[in-house]
Amino acid sequence: MKKLFLIGLKDLKLIFRDPAALVLMLAAPFALTLGLGFVTGQFGGSGSGIGNIPVVIVNQDSGQLGAALVEMFQSEQLSDLVTATQLDDPTEAFQQVDDDLVAAAILVPAGFTDSVLPPAGQSAPGRTIQLQVYANPTRPTSVGVIKTILEEFVNRLEVARVGGTVAITQLIESGLVPPQEAAALAVELGQQQADSLAESNAITLTSNVASEAAVNFNPLAYIAPGMALMFLMYTASNAGRTLLLERDHGTLPRLLISPTASAQVLGGKIFGVYLSGVAQMLILIIASTLLFQLQWGDPLGVLALVLAAVFGATGWGMVITALAKRPGQVAAVGSVIMLTFGILGGSFINLEVMPVWVQFASKITPNAWGLDGFSTLALGGGLNLLGRPILALIVMGLALFAVALVFFNRRGMAMK
Amino acid sequence: MPTILEVKDLVKKYGDFTAVKGISFNIQEGEIFSLLGPNGAGKTTTISVLSTLYAATSGDATIAGHSVSKDPMAVRKVIGVVPQEIALYEDLTARENLNFWGQMYSLSGKALKDRVEEILEQIGLTDKARDKVKTYSGGMKRRVNIGVGLLHKPSLLFMDEPTVGIDPQSRRAILDSVKDLNRQGMTVLYTTHYMEEAAELSNRVGIIDHGELIALGTQKELTRQVGEMETLVLHVDEMQDVQRLAKAVEALEMVRHAEVSDHSVTAIVPEAEEALAPAVTKANELGIKIRSVDIREPNLEAVFLHLTGRALRD
Repeated sequence: MKKLFLIGLKDLKLIFRDPAALVLMLAAPFALTLGLGFVTGQFGGSGSGIGNIPVVIVNQDSGQLGAALVEMFQSEQLSDLVTATQLDDPTEAFQQVDDDLVAAAILVPAGFTDSVLPPAGQSAPGRTIQLQVYANPTRPTSVGVIKTILEEFVNRLEVARVGGTVAITQLIESGLVPPQEAAALAVELGQQQADSLAESNAITLTSNVASEAAVNFNPLAYIAPGMALMFLMYTASNAGRTLLLERDHGTLPRLLISPTASAQVLGGKIFGVYLSGVAQMLILIIASTLLFQLQWGDPLGVLALVLAAVFGATGWGMVITALAKRPGQVAAVGSVIMLTFGILGGSFINLEVMPVWVQFASKITPNAWGLDGFSTLALGGGLNLLGRPILALIVMGLALFAVALVFFNRRGMAMK
Repeated sequence: MPTILEVKDLVKKYGDFTAVKGISFNIQEGEIFSLLGPNGAGKTTTISVLSTLYAATSGDATIAGHSVSKDPMAVRKVIGVVPQEIALYEDLTARENLNFWGQMYSLSGKALKDRVEEILEQIGLTDKARDKVKTYSGGMKRRVNIGVGLLHKPSLLFMDEPTVGIDPQSRRAILDSVKDLNRQGMTVLYTTHYMEEAAELSNRVGIIDHGELIALGTQKELTRQVGEMETLVLHVDEMQDVQRLAKAVEALEMVRHAEVSDHSVTAIVPEAEEALAPAVTKANELGIKIRSVDIREPNLEAVFLHLTGRALRD
């Protein structure tokens, strides 16, 4: 195992001593991020990118909470980000989603308010009626924004409800409120909470860091990871190429005749690719945070996503290497795949404006899953919301490693 | 002396092509054994199989009692290999290279540090140890390449044509270092297509051609095979008809065999001085101008020519 790490660290050292590789690994994504930032006006203050996300709300609730939710989505604070319209018929709303006219339909079922804040004299139902979101699968980023806003609403509601229950219990226990008045007080408190939720200022999505990120979504937070992920594919294929270069330069045969198992040699090479990718991503993330004041989101989530994205990209790098016969082939195929995955994975153009088949095909790229995750993080989501992209990237990496191993075994690593 | 390497009926095929055709030989501890043969004879393939890089198609070899096919990891621990190519990381310094390769041979800590400094001293690159290998001359790279093979103090050192493509001074330094290593007790399997190197270094020589070991023995034993014959080499100008001259010389009574190589005719004769005058006369009769003449004592080149009908460098 020690030798595996030593081989990986040696490869990391070598790649960071290669000026040409550094240009493509670090300088190029930075330059493109800057370029696209200027093109989209991010450095000129004009602001563009994700915004005016169309959403339709069907409010079947007659209580204050349904109205509060509608009011929040139509509030001044969210007007740049979301364009919310109301419909009465859920079928029609869902059809709009199916027809790709809106990013999501939100259904507030009848009795929602009563299930959260029961009227005076009535006991709370066993189960709270849930809000429903009918999401457009072709617009994952927009859906992510909508879900983040909804989660914020639900979280605040839950906090308010639990807070109210605790307050009333304490008032009863302290004798300040007689038990027989507790129900009436609870209703009154609930209505106050609902009223405060309804007031857009009170919803205060900007009142904490996560919500602030959600409202002030910076398109650079989409461009920068897009570029970083695209050039991560370069690093994965370029670092994989070193396996063939080592074979041609004689260092791979020399490794294979040292008392080092061939699995350790291959593992070390893969680890080297992985380390290089992780180092590249972290450098780009730290540098863009310092230089562009870019908020990537929850650091733990960012780290987990980087590790998973590099794993998926490394899998692709090893497959390209295993299939190629010459280092030049890896370089050529790697460049084509880098650009194809960049376009297909949404590094240049948001996938939501791409045809459905492109969105479907994008799922084979680490770029699409990585961007999905980075967008969630930039919108204020945390590690708990990254399960799907991280799992997809890990499964992708494992499947690709298996394919690469089959080809390496078939040909033998030392054979030209 | 005990046997450190025993090769038995070793065959290596690449598809339909048989690179090594059932060769067998032994090397005793403390010996320098050379495999002499032209390019493509099967020397590097033999080293590759013995060093466990490629599996033998059939046959086997044991090194220090370990089977190459059955226990390759044990074999790798006792052998050192100096490959024909410069197998180093050019963007690392000499010291970094030696450190890395030492770690691959499970050296660590102070033992590794001390051994790296010792090797740097031995190859005369202590002052340049901090420079990247890519800034070195060909000869310096060769020295580091050899140093890597010595890091773990192997019992048997394989050196695969270590002097290819370097200047005479570096070549001399490498030959001297091989002799030094041998004096220190290291057994060496040396491959070359330079007859002079095999003659200078080796206790015994195996001559390999087209994957077959065609002769094996000490230099004396091998030259005896050509019957104490001498070699007469007639060098002619490029424009001359060297083929006609070779036929004419071979027709002379005292000439056993004559062969064309590089604008020269090489003739195997019992007495070179005796054959010189008739050979020059034949050249004059054909109108071929002789530029220079070499007379060589019985040597490995003559043995190879005698056994294969071709010069070593053909």
